[in-house]
This record gives sequence, C-alpha cells and structure tokens, in this order.
Amino acid sequence: MAPSVCLQEMIRVIRSARTQGEERGVIQRECAAIRAQFRQADSGGRSHNLAKLLYVHMLGYPAHFGQMECVRMIASPRYSEKRIGYLGAMMLLDEKQDASLLITNSIKNDLSHSSQYIQSLALCTLACMGSAEMCRDLAPEIERLLKASNSYIKKKAALCAVHIVRKIPELGELFTPSAHSLLSDKNHGVLHGAVVLITELCERNPGNLDEFRKAVPELVQIMKGLVTSGYSPEHNVAGISDPFLQVRVLRLLRILGRNNDEASDAMNDLLAQVATNTDSSKTAGSAVLYETVLTIMDIKSESGLRVLAVNILGRFLLNNDRNIRYISMTSLQKIVQTDHTAVQRHRGTIVDCLKDQDASVKRRALELSLALVSAANIRSMMKELLRFLSTCPPELRSHATSGIFNAAERYAPSQRWHIDTILHVLITAGGDVRDETVPNLIQLISVASELHCYTVHKLYRALISDISQQSLVQVACWCIGEYGDLLLKGDCDEIEPMQVTEDDVLDVLETILQSHMSSPTSRGFALTAIMKLSTRITNNIESVVSIYGSFVCDLLDLLGETNTSSQANQNQVNTTSNSTSSSVQENLLDLLGGLEPTPGKGNILFYFNLFTGTMSVTCLCVFSAPNVTVYEKGGVNLKLQCDNQTETAITVTFTASNSTQSDITSFTLQAAVPKSVQLQMKAPSGDVIPAQVCPHFCRFSTQSAAQHLKMRVRLSYTSQGTLCQDMVQIDSFPSPAWN
Amino acid sequence: MIKAILIFNNHGKPRLSKFYEHYSEDTEQQIIRETFHLVSKRDENVCNFLEGGMLIDGSDNKLIYRHYATLYFVFCVDSSESELGILDLIQVFVETLDKCFENVCELDLIFHVDKVHNILAEMVMGGMVLETNMNEIITQVDAQNKMEKSETFIFQSPRQDR
Repeated sequence: MAPSVCLQEMIRVIRSARTQGEERGVIQRECAAIRAQFRQADSGGRSHNLAKLLYVHMLGYPAHFGQMECVRMIASPRYSEKRIGYLGAMMLLDEKQDASLLITNSIKNDLSHSSQYIQSLALCTLACMGSAEMCRDLAPEIERLLKASNSYIKKKAALCAVHIVRKIPELGELFTPSAHSLLSDKNHGVLHGAVVLITELCERNPGNLDEFRKAVPELVQIMKGLVTSGYSPEHNVAGISDPFLQVRVLRLLRILGRNNDEASDAMNDLLAQVATNTDSSKTAGSAVLYETVLTIMDIKSESGLRVLAVNILGRFLLNNDRNIRYISMTSLQKIVQTDHTAVQRHRGTIVDCLKDQDASVKRRALELSLALVSAANIRSMMKELLRFLSTCPPELRSHATSGIFNAAERYAPSQRWHIDTILHVLITAGGDVRDETVPNLIQLISVASELHCYTVHKLYRALISDISQQSLVQVACWCIGEYGDLLLKGDCDEIEPMQVTEDDVLDVLETILQSHMSSPTSRGFALTAIMKLSTRITNNIESVVSIYGSFVCDLLDLLGETNTSSQANQNQVNTTSNSTSSSVQENLLDLLGGLEPTPGKGNILFYFNLFTGTMSVTCLCVFSAPNVTVYEKGGVNLKLQCDNQTETAITVTFTASNSTQSDITSFTLQAAVPKSVQLQMKAPSGDVIPAQVCPHFCRFSTQSAAQHLKMRVRLSYTSQGTLCQDMVQIDSFPSPAWN
Repeated sequence: MIKAILIFNNHGKPRLSKFYEHYSEDTEQQIIRETFHLVSKRDENVCNFLEGGMLIDGSDNKLIYRHYATLYFVFCVDSSESELGILDLIQVFVETLDKCFENVCELDLIFHVDKVHNILAEMVMGGMVLETNMNEIITQVDAQNKMEKSETFIFQSPRQDR
C-alpha cells in the first residue's frame, strides 16, 4: 500500500477542485482510501488518516465510519495518536453512541498517566462529551486530581468537575470541600476554574450557599489584589489585571450576596472601589464595570451605591461605541423590574436608540421601551413605538406589534385612543399581527358602542386605500357588515363627513372578493358582510345576488368544507325563533321571488358567521344546489352542479370527494361533448384529493342549453398505489331551481 | 457556557467548527450556513452582538463575532458569559494564533486545522473558558507539539503555496 498522502496534500487537492461535484468526487475517493486503511491492522500513517477524516467532517461530509478508529487511537500508547483520537472522539462521538462507552476505560487509565499532557487530553474529552455514566464512574478520579500539585492539571480538573456537576447534580457534594480549598491557589487559571466550579455548585444547589458564603472574605481579598496590584504583564489586558477573573469573581459575589445582608455588607466597600477606580476606556474595563454594576443592583447594597451604579449605566448609554450601548441596555433590562424609576430616567435615550441603524441595538431598545411603558407615559411612548413600527426591520415586527397591543390594552387612556392605536398598527404592519388580534379587536369595537359610527367610518376609509393587509380587511368587513347603516348615513361628529353610497360599499366588498391578495378567511368575512348588508340595503339587491352567483365556490368554502379549521370553528349556527329572525327570513324570500326554502333541493346555503358570543344569529336559510352524483366508486365520489344557466349557456361544476383513508393523487378529468356543443374548461383546484376530504372543483362552461347537453367524462386517478380509470356518460343535466 | 465556536471566511466556507453541545451532522452544517448568513449581512460599524438563528431561537443565547480581514470568528454563548469578556477572548485567541503561526493568515488555518483545535483546547474546555493568559497557552501548546514530534515521522510535502 502506497504511503498515505498527508493532510496538507489532501487539503490542497480538495481546494483545487473547481466545482462542488468535483470536490465531492475527490472526497469520496479519499474517504474510500481512509476506510480501507482503517480496516488494516496497522499502518504507519494512522493519525494522518483520522486527521483527514476530521477535515472532511468539518466540510460537512459523513464521517461516522471513523468512530471505531477513534476508540482504537485513544487506546494507542503514542501521544500523537492519542491526541488525534481524542479530538476525533469530541467531534464524532456523543453519549448516544455505544462507541463512547468504550473509551471510558482508556480515559480512566489516561487520567492516572505519568505525562500531564495525556492526563489533560483525557480531562478535556471528558469535559466535552462525558455521558452521565462516564461521569459517575470517573468522578472520584477527578476529585483526586483537584488536589494534585500540578496547577495545569488542577485547572482542567476543576472545569471537568463543573461538567460532572451539570450532568449529575448530586455529585456536587463530592467536590464541595476541594472547591473551597482551591481558592487559596495563586495560579490564575486554577482560581478561575475554582470560581466557575463554586458558581456552578451554588446555582445547582442553594444549600451550598451557606457553605460558600464563608468564602466571601477570600474572594474580596482576591479582587482587591487584582484591582490594586501594579502592572503585571502576564494577565494584563489593556491595563486591567486579568479582567476575565475579575468578572467571574464579581458574578460569584453576586450569587452569594443576594438576599443576604451579611455577605452584602462584606462586599460593599470593594464594589464601591471597583466602580470608581476602573478605567472604562477599553472593553476590558467596561466588562468589569458592568459586572460590578449588576452585582451592586442584585445584592442588598446601600442606596448611594445603587444610584452610582445606575448612573454608570446611564453614562454608558450615551457612549459612542455601539457595543457599550448594547451592553448597557442589556444590563438595564435586567434591573428594570426592580429599579423601575431609576431606569425611567433614561427613557429618552433609550427611545432614541430605537432609531439606531444597528438591528441588534434596535432589538434591545424595543425590549426596554416596552418594559418602560406605564400609565403616565403611554401616549408619548406609543407615538414613538408607532413611529418605530413603520421603519422596523422585518424580524422584529411581530414582536413589536404584540408588545404594542399588550401595552395598549394595559394602559389605554380611552377607548377611542385604543381603537385608533390598533388601527394604526393594522395599517402599518397588519401582516405581522397574531391571529387572535382580529377577534380581540372585534370584541373591543363591539363593546365600545358609542364609537361604532366613528370606527366604521375610519375602517372604511382605511379599506378603500389599501386592501392588502388581511387583518385590516377582516376587521373592516366585519364592521361594515355590522354597522353598515351608520356608514351609509354619512355623518359622524368625530370625523369629517363623507358620503358613502350602497354602491360604494358593495364595490369595495366585491373588490376584496376578486383580489388575488385576499385570503380565504378575508373572502369569508367579505361575503358575510354582504349577507348582513343585504338585510339593510334595499336598492341594490340585484348586485348582491350577482355577487353571490360569481362566488359560489367561496360560499361553499364558507360552509367550512375545504377551508381552515378556524373558519369551521367560527361557524356557529343558532336558530332562534324570535321576531327578528322570521322577518329577515321573509325579506330574503322576497328577494328571491317567493321561493320557498326546502332543504335538500334548491340553491345556496347561507351561514351567518359569528365572532362574538354577544351577537345573536339572525337567520338560517337553507337553499341547496342541485347536486347530482354522477360517479361513485372505491370511495371517490363525483358530483355535478349547474349554474348560470341562460338560453344557450350553462356552467357545470364537478366536485370530487374522497372518503377513503388515504390521499388520491394525479386526479384528472377529461370531458367530451357532441360536436354541436362548445366546451370551455377552467383549471381545476388541484390534482390531489386528501383523504376524507370533499370537495375539489373543476369547472366547465358549455355553450348549450341544459336540455340538449350530453357529456362523456373520463376520470383518471391514483388511489392507494393503483391507477384507476373510468368513464361516465351523462345524458341529462339538472336545471337550477331558478332561472 | 459557550455553545459553539465557528470560524469561516467571507464566502461562508468553514475553517473551524467546534460544538460544545451535540448536534447531528446535518444540523451542524445548517447552523454554520445560517450563522454565516446572519453575520455577513452586518455592516462594518455596528455592534458585535447578534440575536437570531437556529442556535438562538427563543433561548437566551447570543452570537458574538469579530471580523478580521477574510475571516469571521463567531462564538455562540448563553447568558452566563460576559459579552464583553467574550469579545476580549476572541481577541486573545487571534493573538495566540498569530504568535503560534507567525503572522497568521487564512491559509494557516486551512492547512493546519488540527493545530488550531489544539490551541483552542488550551483556551476553552467543555464550553468554559480555561485559560486566558497568552504566554501560558503558548508554552503548553509548544510542549505538546514537542512531545508529538519526538515520537513520529510526519510525512510532509514541500510547502508550495505560501
């Protein structure tokens, strides 16, 4: 076997591939070679092969066949092989794979190895991917290593212990005594690890807090040492002595001082010292200062200190560096609940940040602004928030709208303001509001009875300028349906008058029905509005009926057969026998020329949709279309319906439904008519009929009177894997009940 | 806790990917793609913190990133880490790489990705910051490399493209 090519060579070859396909080819060849090499018992370049595999894995190609090789390499006595084996284990293995159990023994042995570097490999891998069983097995080893004399090993063992505590919190007791004693180590790495371990122990088990509160004086000493020490080049970052360690210690002090007077007292002076002496011109100093501020706010500190802290945050809010501004807003967010008035003082700056170009800063500013809204500032804050909404980045819009709605609901100074605010949001960002906004708004409007006139006028005006925002369309249609008479009357004391005729209203509603932008729900609302109006308007009844005729399919949708479940849920029908209902019923009968409704035969089904429990249903009239079944076989049912019949033309609609348990696919329909008849076919609604679903429409219109029409229809579909074909001859077509 | 450390170039090609929580291979690639997409949209003078994306999605995780020439260094962290501290950590990481490779450039990371992993292992362990003292890190890395060299022959092709 030729000596395997080394990692660099393979990388070079991969990089020289010009296309994705070429790269894939190269990698497949390499992987095949690597696989073959793995199968061989021994070859000189074992670690190269695994390294190559890991590179390939990073690029996104499958590498799971390397798992066993990792196990083998870890068991090898050679350092180079162990190293790459452990790296492979961290990248390819996780606790869910069986192979990870196999390395437990190797890790155990390596933890007691004479070489600290091999010990460190084992520690690192255990901390990265150690499963609960592995941790339980090896915890005593780790505890032993915490007391080792070698600081390199101690610091790694401390972090490994943190991982173990995260996996099995009960084992925390094992590490508690050693953790405390680690604090007296001089090595910063060990101190850092110790502080992280103690933090984890306290967070997992509040019982440990008392034990570790005894360590507060030691921690204060450590901090004092760091803050006041002279220049120490080793740990210095921009003039601050080991800011990483300082931040960790401050965080631990916060946890220990929370809700405990004694501990808080012990750290007051230190915090004051750090807050005043730290140079915040560079990131490192700012990091320490922020941590200090958060700690001051979280423990029981003196009021003077608290004021100092909030002022520091306020100062940083004005900093030119965006990072600092971002962080200060994050910090203010943490304290806004507890120190609300202090943060309110900075409201102006925060609101200004809403206009920042940086999306991250905007996000923070939005969160904070929403938290700062109160009864006192609702009007001015809402102005700012609405202004923000118009320039808001798309990923923040839904959060902004729901925040605005919540704020408006809690603090609205008047109903009119509330309705205006919601309208504004719907006009600006109607596409990003939550689904329950529409029924909530309808509820709100129906309750505010003195504002019905104002509301319907405003909504109508919004509607005629823009019908693209679906939630606005839906609410507006509902209002027009309910309060159409107020709209037509024309005058309203709170807005300038505008003459609205019945034609105008019907035009708008018809436009909504015809527009491709309107969702099925919006169409349902529009149709319902027309239905409601039909009882109130008298002059334009023919246009109303013609609209119904053109939108038969939408009406059938309204019956909840193909439409979304929300529509179906909203169809609540009550028949109440009171005088209103019967008079409306009579009116409808008059419309249609004295036809008596007989269920099972007739034309269109009318449902009145309800959205609030307070509205009572007006009427249920049943007119059903002559729906004839022409084909029924194997769960597939084809019905036929005729409309729009004139002397010479008729529109035929075929409705296919599927009552089997599985979907029907590739459904096609072909029709043939005698030569004397002209046929126009419109596109069907689809070629898949989901299981248990009706209907599925397919329209034809023919130039022939109903009595002369004969048609042959060929069906073809796939049901439960088999292709079915059938032919049906239709000799007579039913005529609709009215002409 | 640090959830992931990613290095990729201006075109989204990954140069280093280290995850401290387990994800499937497909998810890992998706995360890399998505992170690149989010980070590459950012202007030059905005802040270094980002929220959004699969790793984040409703949790308190953030992306903290720095852009150096052709490379993005991205750390995904949760709220237990100090954001400014992580920014400094990225800086220490890059400076360490610079010392170890002598004026590091993207090609160094491409051809010696295993060495980069070794350096990173001395700084971050199990998602937690281990050591931030650059000299200490470099001392340990050098010692380990010496150990490795002493036992094996490494086949190398002569360096061609540098």
